[in-house]
Amino acid sequence: MKFKSLALATGMILAAGAASAEVKVGMITTLSGGGAGLGIDVRDGFMLAIEQSGRDDIEVVIEDDQRKPDIAVQLADKMIQSEKVDVLTGIIWSNLAMAVVPAATAQGKFYLSPNAGPSALAGKGCHENYFNVAWQNDNLHEAAGAHANSAGHAKSFILAPNYPAGKDALTGYKRFFEGELAGEIYTKLGQTDYAAEIAQIRASGADSVFFFLPGGMGISFLKQYADSGVDLPVVGPAFSFDQGILQAVGGAALGVVNTSQWNKDIDNATNAAFVSSFQEKYGRLPSLYASQGFDTANLLVSAVAAADVGDAGAFRDALRAANFDSTRGDFSFGPNHHPVQTIYAREVIQEGDVFTNKIIGKALENHSDAYAGDCKM
Amino acid sequence: MSHILIAEQVLNGLQFGVMLFLMAAGLTLIFGVMGLINLAHGSLYMIGAFFAAVVAGWTGSFLLALIAAMAAAAAAGALVELVVIRRLYDKDHLDQVLATFALILIFSEGTRWVFGSFPLFLDIPDALSGPVTLPGGIQYPLYRLVLIGTGLGVALGLGLLITRTRIGIQIRAGENDREMIAALGVDISRLYTLVFALGAALAGLAGALVGAIQSVQVGMGEPVLILAFVVIVIGGIGSIRGALVGAILVGLTDTLGGVFLPELFKLFMEPSAATSVGSSLASMAIYILMAVVLIWRPTGLFGARA
Amino acid sequence: MRREAALNAAILVALIAVPAWAHLSDEPFTITLATRAVILALAAVGLNIALGIGGMVSFGHAVYFGIGGYAMGILASHAQSYTPMELFGLSIEGTKSMLVIWLVAVVLSALAALVIGLLSLRTSGVYFIMITLAFGQMFFFFSISWAAYGGEDGLSIYVRNGFPGLNTLVPIQYFGLCLAILLVVLWFNARLARSPFGLALNAARQSPARAETVGLNPMRLRLVAFVISGAITGLAGALFADLNRFVSPTMFSWQLSGEITVLIIIGGVGRLMGPVAGAVVFVALEHLLGGLTEFWHIYLGAALLLVVLFARGGLVGLIAGRPGGGGGGHG
Repeated sequence: MKFKSLALATGMILAAGAASAEVKVGMITTLSGGGAGLGIDVRDGFMLAIEQSGRDDIEVVIEDDQRKPDIAVQLADKMIQSEKVDVLTGIIWSNLAMAVVPAATAQGKFYLSPNAGPSALAGKGCHENYFNVAWQNDNLHEAAGAHANSAGHAKSFILAPNYPAGKDALTGYKRFFEGELAGEIYTKLGQTDYAAEIAQIRASGADSVFFFLPGGMGISFLKQYADSGVDLPVVGPAFSFDQGILQAVGGAALGVVNTSQWNKDIDNATNAAFVSSFQEKYGRLPSLYASQGFDTANLLVSAVAAADVGDAGAFRDALRAANFDSTRGDFSFGPNHHPVQTIYAREVIQEGDVFTNKIIGKALENHSDAYAGDCKM
Repeated sequence: MSHILIAEQVLNGLQFGVMLFLMAAGLTLIFGVMGLINLAHGSLYMIGAFFAAVVAGWTGSFLLALIAAMAAAAAAGALVELVVIRRLYDKDHLDQVLATFALILIFSEGTRWVFGSFPLFLDIPDALSGPVTLPGGIQYPLYRLVLIGTGLGVALGLGLLITRTRIGIQIRAGENDREMIAALGVDISRLYTLVFALGAALAGLAGALVGAIQSVQVGMGEPVLILAFVVIVIGGIGSIRGALVGAILVGLTDTLGGVFLPELFKLFMEPSAATSVGSSLASMAIYILMAVVLIWRPTGLFGARA
Repeated sequence: MRREAALNAAILVALIAVPAWAHLSDEPFTITLATRAVILALAAVGLNIALGIGGMVSFGHAVYFGIGGYAMGILASHAQSYTPMELFGLSIEGTKSMLVIWLVAVVLSALAALVIGLLSLRTSGVYFIMITLAFGQMFFFFSISWAAYGGEDGLSIYVRNGFPGLNTLVPIQYFGLCLAILLVVLWFNARLARSPFGLALNAARQSPARAETVGLNPMRLRLVAFVISGAITGLAGALFADLNRFVSPTMFSWQLSGEITVLIIIGGVGRLMGPVAGAVVFVALEHLLGGLTEFWHIYLGAALLLVVLFARGGLVGLIAGRPGGGGGGHG
């Protein structure tokens, strides 16, 4: 395993076969430092799909952006100028996507987003060569708001870090939530202690809590919340409940409802095959990031099979058709090249020693996003 | 805002401050005795948390986890002191900063190489979980009360160690006059290794204690490191008492600032803008505090020398 | 000294030859890397005036780098959207002209350095390191929550700003521009170090008391050096933003302050070409190691440790030997 991951990480060319590659893909993702888990999942999901496709005409170049925008921009320059890639993909974080995507699409490259979906790229800044295979950033938060309505919550306390994605999250929740707010807090980015916020929640008279705290922030919040004795129902987007971090949260997350466009128990053949082959190859359960990487690669494979990447118009049409079997079941693009999809409510459960999610219902069906109307392609 | 809520937030600030003290005490001790700026102190905190998580996973005992955390951090500290740090004592601060910055890189990526890229699980023991009701009707997590008690206990113990024991006398002598203490026949290099290991063990303890209510992950040490530096600079470098006062000041400022600044701005702004502006200012609050203290007293509150 | 001069010349030749070769053999990315090295070198040359000559260990030079970057980002974004900036009742037009942007970047970062310097220079030693860090953190957290200019997402500029007579989007042309600025600043730096001001500053670093007895005002000398230092780093920030066509709060982060410092220590503190050698080596290491293994930080860390422990005076010191005269030494 060690050796394999070393080989995977070398940034060298990882062709699925011979040198006669016709489509060159540049993957810029986060492979070192604190947020590496997400990038590794996207990469592993992506490469699994490329391998399973059996195509030897797709060549993938992988580079580590270290979660730094300036490094990401530099890598994009390298891939476009030196590697002469046709398609870019892989970026995890919205701020890195904002740094790379507009320039890349302006230079005629295709960009397939396996994770970030900032509102600017869905609305006014949309581009015919930009396809988002994951979600628009607000989607899962909107679904959380919708779920809160159907669960009968009338007074929510909402919190998120004080940065653009945090503000989008609270806006997204409020867009669908019909009750009133017991409180609205912006926490410090990277904050690890939430005692003060939890005390405010306790004193606020809320009947439910919505939070968006990705990565380690969410782990800290959930552990401290579980220990505080406040037992209001919690709703959040999947980012704090993905397979990579649930084990670190442990029992503190049990029973929490979170919203996601994917789960390992979505009942279709593609998904079942994906979950078992991912587990077999990498020895761990896939996360939603891995599923997004897998879907992104399969979208690419479907387009490569249907059109020549040199013919940008035809290739774009092939991408837009989204003619591939998604792990999510039905998948199609809206007019702004963002997914129109069902978003589920999941509950955290324990299966033996492993914490994971199970679907308990649909929060939003055939959901698009709030910015599509601003997009003029 | 009710009195209960205010009292609870003060407790929160106190608890945060006491945890910062555990980090800051080692840092300030190492600087006071050896004159060393140790950026890698946060890595020792991380090592403590990771070993605690692993040992708690194996044995199920939180106490053993704490012991393992302190032992691992002390061992890592002693090793680093013997191999690298001891070559840095006679170099200037700049070289120390670079060398210990290099150690951060090595420790962080080394930890990721050994333990993987995903956060580890560490939970508080059942006996300490859940809230208790304090006089006045405050519901407060028991574990956080234990943290406050532990931190204050360590502060007291350190105070006694330094004022009452032979080692303490040597440490104080080392702070004042290094040549003299060597002349008196004290094995100075052994003393240095010991002090470094002690500081490391405190950082490891803090990492394990805090790791139980936070996320045990690579890079967890750096934000705390910066805060610990803020603390010792406010308190006056080298002063344990200064570190305690500084830690509690920083803990209270950060916690209460985050709660009250947005409320303050709501008095004359519309709520969502007030939340946003207040939160921004709150995240800058401790740095503003530090700048003000240093402008007022250039060597910190209890600092004797620059 | 002769060996150092030869080494300096060799570094300069390499800085010109490598991109020229890359241009001829159509390897534009190598030129981009070289541009990155040149700009980081410029930032470090700025810091080196405070650090090497003045003995002020600033751990917050990202402030000026970031101010330069945001000067570019804000002016260009207003020009890009054709909406003037409203400031205290004044309506200021954005601009896509590099010359104007540079001027604004230099003036603003010099002002910031003046204020921060006035407040920070009351302290010394570790306290100085930490108070400059504190100012850096204030700017960092402010920029993250400054929604009007993108907050943590930062600002993207789609087309590089213009310079009369050049097509700045062509990698080799932009590289040439940055290199020319670096050379001018290096020349200025060399003159400065040997000027009466530089000598007085150096004296004030080595022995403040003695400097005072001969009638110098160490505090004022340091402040002036600090302002010059901040202004140069600010200019580098504007260039860096234009290289990436992007600014974000990471330009204000303490890690960036640390990185600029690292460049100087690798190269050699107080050496004229130290920062340049450091930047070239650092960018090369980052690129080569990053391509070898996911865990390349370990090797980077080990390399840095070796430099500190065994290459006193940095790489320039290692190759050229001990400094002759006033240039070197430690703060």
